[in-house]
Amino acid sequence: MSDIMPTDSAYDPQSDISPTDGGPGTGFDFRNLDRRWIFLAMGLSIAIPMLRGVVFPEEPSREVLDVFATVEGLEDGSSVLMAYDYDPASKGELEPMAAAFVRHCAEKKHKLYFITLWPAAVPMLQKNIAILKREYPEYTYGEDYVNLGFRPGNEGVIKVVVTDLKKLYANDVDGTDLNELPLTTNLKNIQSMDLIINVSAGTPGAKEWVQYAATPFDIKMVAGVTGVGYTPLVPYVPKQLAGILGAIKAAAEYEEALLLEYPELRENPATQEGLRKMGPQLVAHILIIGLIVGGNVIFFTDRKRGV
Amino acid sequence: MMRSSNVIWLLLLLVGGGFLVFRTANGSMGKAYVRHEVFDATTSFKEQIQKIDDEEQQELAKGKTLSERKAAARRKLRDRLPDVAGITWTNVSSAEPGELIGSDGQPDPAVVFSWSRTIGLWIAALGTLAIMSFLWGDNVFYKLAEAIVVGASAAYAMVVGFWTGIIQNLFGKLIPTAMRDTVLPGLPGSQEAELIYIVPLVLSVLMLWRLAPQGGWISRWPLAFFIGATAGIRLVAYLDADFVQQIGNTIIPLIVSDKEQGLMVGQSIGNIIIIVGVLACLVYFFFSFEHTGAVGATARVGIWFLMITFGAGFAFTVMGRIALISDRFYFLFYDWLWIPKPGIDA
Repeated sequence: MSDIMPTDSAYDPQSDISPTDGGPGTGFDFRNLDRRWIFLAMGLSIAIPMLRGVVFPEEPSREVLDVFATVEGLEDGSSVLMAYDYDPASKGELEPMAAAFVRHCAEKKHKLYFITLWPAAVPMLQKNIAILKREYPEYTYGEDYVNLGFRPGNEGVIKVVVTDLKKLYANDVDGTDLNELPLTTNLKNIQSMDLIINVSAGTPGAKEWVQYAATPFDIKMVAGVTGVGYTPLVPYVPKQLAGILGAIKAAAEYEEALLLEYPELRENPATQEGLRKMGPQLVAHILIIGLIVGGNVIFFTDRKRGV
Repeated sequence: MMRSSNVIWLLLLLVGGGFLVFRTANGSMGKAYVRHEVFDATTSFKEQIQKIDDEEQQELAKGKTLSERKAAARRKLRDRLPDVAGITWTNVSSAEPGELIGSDGQPDPAVVFSWSRTIGLWIAALGTLAIMSFLWGDNVFYKLAEAIVVGASAAYAMVVGFWTGIIQNLFGKLIPTAMRDTVLPGLPGSQEAELIYIVPLVLSVLMLWRLAPQGGWISRWPLAFFIGATAGIRLVAYLDADFVQQIGNTIIPLIVSDKEQGLMVGQSIGNIIIIVGVLACLVYFFFSFEHTGAVGATARVGIWFLMITFGAGFAFTVMGRIALISDRFYFLFYDWLWIPKPGIDA
């Protein structure tokens, strides 16, 4: 086992083994390839397709269509809680799906309540609300959407807002009394929501919304999560979660589903951020697969030769 | 004598740096613009009143009347109209360089260069490069950027937590009048003092007692309360969502059929895999029997299911990491370097 497991020194970023330092008489040796060549190859595999604008066709999977159908299936003007729990560190992965959810809800004229459990997510909420202001000027603040902002307390916040929202949220993010906004005047708690859409980068996030809101109060919920957070949430589908989007691939598929249903959105390049990011993603994946296969070929060849 | 790889990397850095210097000297990158929109409160109020009037006309055309809520909102707007005369405010939002010229081909005076956002843009770009420089090896730029990220994140979380947790949630409930008159003007007038919030205030003070030179043990009492309360709250949630409901999620038919479609092979196989996987993994984590014979074979199947799950999780993680690096490249190429976006700008 020890001969195949990398030693600690193999992960030393200071390591400076040159491609030509493979050993006496070996010349260029992949066994001792400087990891920085791999980093460079990875960088190029992402940069070149991005600069060339490579976009591959996407076909929405059944899992993505389940999420899409949940939002689409609501009556126009339904109440949707937009619980966006992600910060700038994961915006690259989650922003396309968060924006796609906003556009989809706006096309359906849903009433949107933005909320977050992450302190650093407030600018993310503002960025998504900017989509409404820019692309859907008919959406009026306080009547069609409201930004509740952040409150500290992690899942404790969910525990409270699910029974008495105004106990924690007396004001919106700008300090306006919620009783003065038409959308929230009669809002008691989030049990009256027709759907919770959660975009989550970790804890607190989708798991907590399932545990403290969707499951005990039987509120319909869909989620979009990072790649890291996807697999642990899959067991909640379909009973506790109507559907889940996993990482940028699902975001691109959701965008495609949205564009198929609302073709006029295709004129806006911002609606295809996820699709554009899948080009570099595919090339980088091919590189990784190639490196894994290559590494294994070298390993088994060496073992066969008794090296 | 430098190693050949170091020479290549140095050349790459020099070429990249030269490219940056060239583009900066040309003034064709790294600038941020903002759009200033001036709003007049009187106009804004009149527009809102007009909107309600229009809605009333639409309702009347349908044979309905305007809701009392909207009528009250209109009355309120009209009553406040004289008070807001002369009040204006400016909304500042990000603008693209392409917005400098309006649709009529003339310079748009509302779009102006922003020093503060330009400095922010350069800090973000240089910070990104500094963090990426760790791929080359540990260095002072990486350490500096790392320290800035940690410090800024902690400070941001502390400031937001102070204003939302301590000011808004604690003192906003304990002394609402004082808060309304000072830092929380939007606090509802109906908000009355809730003395129950003295309890969390006292617990918080006790928690901070650990910083005192004597009696640090006092902080254990609020800590015990928080741990007990949190454990209790989480236990109930886990039992319901992750235990009882999950058992329910695995009580599914092995053979799925439908009157119209007949036997649904795909769904049946899926259900069988779920049930076999759950049982096999449970057997693997059951250590009261030695893993030999049938138990050992089943546990082995459980290991396979676990490995496939870990593999899927790892693959998703890789996809996520590539998405993050591509987002940073996107920022560097388009927001900082102003390279034309293929298919959009060019």
